Amino acid sequence: MGKIFSGAEIVFKCLEDQKVKHVFGYPGGAVLPIYDELKNHKSIKHILVRHEQGAGHAAEGYARSSRKPGVMFVTSGPGVTNAVTALTDAYMDSIPIVCISGQVPTHLIGTDAFQECDTTGITRPCTKHNWLVKDVNDLANTIHKAFEVATTGRPGPVLVDIPKDVQFKKGKYKFKKNNLNKTFNGGGNKKINSKHLDQLIKMMKQSSRPIFYTGGGVINSGPEASKLVRELVSLTGFPITSTLTGLGAYPGDDPQFLGMLGMHGTYEANNAMHDCDLMINIGARFDDRITGKVDEFSPKSKKVHIDIDPSSIGKNVKVDLSIISDVGSLLKSLTTVFKEKNKNFLNSNKQKTSNWWKKIEKWREKRSLNFINSDTVIKPQHAVKRLYELTKNKDTFITTEVGQHQMWAAQHYKFNKPNRLMTSGGLGTMGYGLPAAVGVQIANPGKLVIDIAGEASVLMTMQEMSTAAQHRLPIKIFILNNQYMGMVRQWQELLHEKNYSESYTAALPDFVKLAEAYGCVGIRATKPSELDNKIKEMIDVDKPVIFDCEVDKGENCYPMIPSGKPHNEMLLGSRDEKEEVSDEGKTLV
Amino acid sequence: MKKSKSAYSEPGKFGRSEHHIIVVWVDNETGVLARVVGLFSGRGYNIESLTVAEVDKKKHISRITIVTSGTPEVIEQIKLQLTKLIPVHKVADFKRNDPKILFKELALFKVVSSKKNQEKAKKICKKYNSIIVDKSKKSFVIQVTALRREIDKLIEVLGPLGLASTSRTGAVAMTRGSRVFK
Repeated sequence: MGKIFSGAEIVFKCLEDQKVKHVFGYPGGAVLPIYDELKNHKSIKHILVRHEQGAGHAAEGYARSSRKPGVMFVTSGPGVTNAVTALTDAYMDSIPIVCISGQVPTHLIGTDAFQECDTTGITRPCTKHNWLVKDVNDLANTIHKAFEVATTGRPGPVLVDIPKDVQFKKGKYKFKKNNLNKTFNGGGNKKINSKHLDQLIKMMKQSSRPIFYTGGGVINSGPEASKLVRELVSLTGFPITSTLTGLGAYPGDDPQFLGMLGMHGTYEANNAMHDCDLMINIGARFDDRITGKVDEFSPKSKKVHIDIDPSSIGKNVKVDLSIISDVGSLLKSLTTVFKEKNKNFLNSNKQKTSNWWKKIEKWREKRSLNFINSDTVIKPQHAVKRLYELTKNKDTFITTEVGQHQMWAAQHYKFNKPNRLMTSGGLGTMGYGLPAAVGVQIANPGKLVIDIAGEASVLMTMQEMSTAAQHRLPIKIFILNNQYMGMVRQWQELLHEKNYSESYTAALPDFVKLAEAYGCVGIRATKPSELDNKIKEMIDVDKPVIFDCEVDKGENCYPMIPSGKPHNEMLLGSRDEKEEVSDEGKTLV
Repeated sequence: MKKSKSAYSEPGKFGRSEHHIIVVWVDNETGVLARVVGLFSGRGYNIESLTVAEVDKKKHISRITIVTSGTPEVIEQIKLQLTKLIPVHKVADFKRNDPKILFKELALFKVVSSKKNQEKAKKICKKYNSIIVDKSKKSFVIQVTALRREIDKLIEVLGPLGLASTSRTGAVAMTRGSRVFK
């Protein structure tokens, strides 16, 4: 008979075999045996957070920037319920998270015991799968399976709930190597059908108004997929646009890149999506922020959808050709076949798409991201632009909260590498950015990590500054402080007759003093003239920084697709506003 | 244009809704039914009836039969989403009016009435494979297997004849002939 271990030991043996180096968590009654065992496993570092939501977002930031699953420990009851937002966030953005939760002892389950909740019930709709382990001999298999489910196919969060008595009980440990090729995703690992490839290439050759529309799937597929996207775009000469979560897969400053698309995307990207005759969706999911009204979405185009998740196909938009595959492996076959059969395509096809490019340049001339700058107040867009200019030569990691600042970051910060933007896309979780930055910094020591934040969002998880201070993580919280919940205020201005109901935050803290209270550094900028020097000061500090950037309070985020409108009827901002808002504009948004 | 105060888009056109029978083979483990049913309620799909029982004792496989309705797109999503669940082995989908498929529902009726009405009631049930499973002076319990609409009809007809209690299952389905759904 082999050696036997306690449940808590088995947890760590699993983590070691999964090569886990960092765990984010918070102790409590029902996970104490696991925390007791921590000291015996030096290769695993525990990062104590200040709230379980923070553990979840930190694990997400860690996973997104390192391409390894994020692992978290939480206790039963409130520990689990606090983690639910982060799990849902990870589920929406397809981030691999393994959450290990304590549970009350088996004999007390169902008795409304202290800190008991129906963990598997509560987390069922926000995880790919979850398990309640009642027998210590099932524990090892379950945890290994959990890693497998989280990281294969379309990634996502999983949860393993372990009652306290199971953590104490002795059982056997065996590690069977993971079969990571098997996808738990409804048949997502089917072999690529060469007929589909031929059909796609044929469509590409026939098209005179093509566009690539790429998403987070490219990032999730790995750096190789990003390389292949770049190769494909340069092979074909087609324009490319990206969703929020896909930014960085293609260089943001390349002339073939039209910028982000969608509700706050660029004029050229959205018009190109509307007028194209061939749309090739690579790893995106036709989200409602992208499509607007589905009936009027890109009416003249043939649509191709490449996705690893079969249930993404046809969920929102009907497509003409669907290929279920990992983006990376599809792109590999596609570029190989394409190169073989279509030598010199770029030159021979130039004529065909020249009118399309002319049209795109016309749209570009609108310069939809322009804003009217000021000498007296800092415009938030200007602040992001300066931040970009002053950090672009470093390998900078950006996280964001949710709202106007998030859109400005996406519009004005040009991402050139994958895994450099960590933002809550699907769920839109305010308070995501600060704890995510903690996770990013843990995974990337020595790198510059900046959370582009709003003052309202960042206050939701501000307590994690304490985590940053404890673990000496020099993250930079760059707050575009307009004293409003900016996106709420913008919608109220445009949709609700400027009734700014509860969107102004009175009694904001002094962020500089707040930083100091956490043992961090506080910097404040109030004038455009001092912005650059203060940003440089922030970058040079080797400590966590809260940067309070006081910006124009009334600035709106443009361009914008008004609701119920197709992509070719965007609002372009203050210039438009003056002309239209009086009558039509207000009702359009 | 219609005024919209929403930052979400307006609903598009709805397709025509069809009745479908979805059959799901799952591992018979704790919570599996909650996962399946939770998927339906969470995504706003409809369940008309639901039948579930273990069909393979050795492999612990249960067969869930769900009668649902939705547009072809919704039905397709139901199948794809179900397939993604970890304990789900396979998913089959049949149109309710598919002639190649057998559907049956079972119902128990308790009739409490006079001898004369009791006889009438028994006679009506006869063509639906009826079996009398319990008898007393004043009452009887009868079991029928039939289609959903036939049972609906029976309930209507038996009402005035002293129908006191009805218990019915959801539909179960199977392909005709030698073909087996793989």
